[in-house]
Amino acid sequence: MIVRYYVTYGGKNGITMAKEFTVKVEVKLKPVILDPQGKTVLTALHNLGYNEVQETRIGKLIEMKIKDESAEKAKERVQEMCRKLLANPVIEDFVIKIE
Amino acid sequence: MLNFGVVVFPGSNCDHDCYHVIKHVFDQGCEFVWHEEKSLDGFDCVILPGGFSYGDYLRTGAIARFSPVMKSVEKFALSGGLVLGICNGFQILVEAGLLPGALMKNSSLKFVCKWVSICVENNDTPFTHLMKVGDILRIPIAHGDGNYFATPDDIKNLNVIFRYCDKEGRITYESNPNGSIENIAGICNPRGNILGMMPHPERCSEEILGGEDGRLIFESIISWLEKPESIRKIKTYG
Repeated sequence: MIVRYYVTYGGKNGITMAKEFTVKVEVKLKPVILDPQGKTVLTALHNLGYNEVQETRIGKLIEMKIKDESAEKAKERVQEMCRKLLANPVIEDFVIKIE
Repeated sequence: MLNFGVVVFPGSNCDHDCYHVIKHVFDQGCEFVWHEEKSLDGFDCVILPGGFSYGDYLRTGAIARFSPVMKSVEKFALSGGLVLGICNGFQILVEAGLLPGALMKNSSLKFVCKWVSICVENNDTPFTHLMKVGDILRIPIAHGDGNYFATPDDIKNLNVIFRYCDKEGRITYESNPNGSIENIAGICNPRGNILGMMPHPERCSEEILGGEDGRLIFESIISWLEKPESIRKIKTYG
């Protein structure tokens, strides 16, 4: 038997007019921090003959589906998530993209 | 008898080693504290052991730092209680902001598991008062993310306890196993009651394991805690 659960809006949660957004968070090491992983990949690219590559830096991409009232509200919450958990402000910067 | 608490996170794997050393080598009271516990009442010292809490997902220590027990660890530490974070425990302490800086992937990109030498830089803490400045400890490390980083401002005020060195005690590039800034292996908060270190003292507290230098850290903690409270002073640094 397949059971499906539905969230009713305007009900208990008080969420009205929720829209779904795809949010992408890029987390990268700050420019001043050495990235040994990026450096190793750069060497590998050069070994393959891609000598035009000047620099490689490796980061993380975190993709989320978010239900919220507006893109602004969603962005605000994601910024909070980044500062609290998703990025470490000592060594990392983050960029938020909302679609 | 003193009572030590060893916090167990999902993925901790040095918890039993710490328990064994406290209980059977030093004959002190020791209890495991599950990460969902909310109270640390009755403990004299809390140890955050090594391991791979939450599979090291996202960043080492980043998720464990939000475990319910961490609120109590913070309270315990702020009231002057002794907190020792070893390896993953150190990573959790920096993520929690109880110690400054961050621990990044080793500069070699490899997991490093070997014996290293560290020298004592500050013996004016509850964790090191039985040592002398410049003493060299032979101690094992086992980590993939031990590359300590702190901003220049943090470095200026840092209470460095241990630095990686060679057998003669020289702090050299070659003796740095993970790329840590200024060869840092262990630090305390300014007050000196929270120690975070990458090397594992619990793995070198018995001769059968190849070394006993780690005993000095546990002996320091125990002898400090056994002093009458009026004599125990935590000094302020930085």
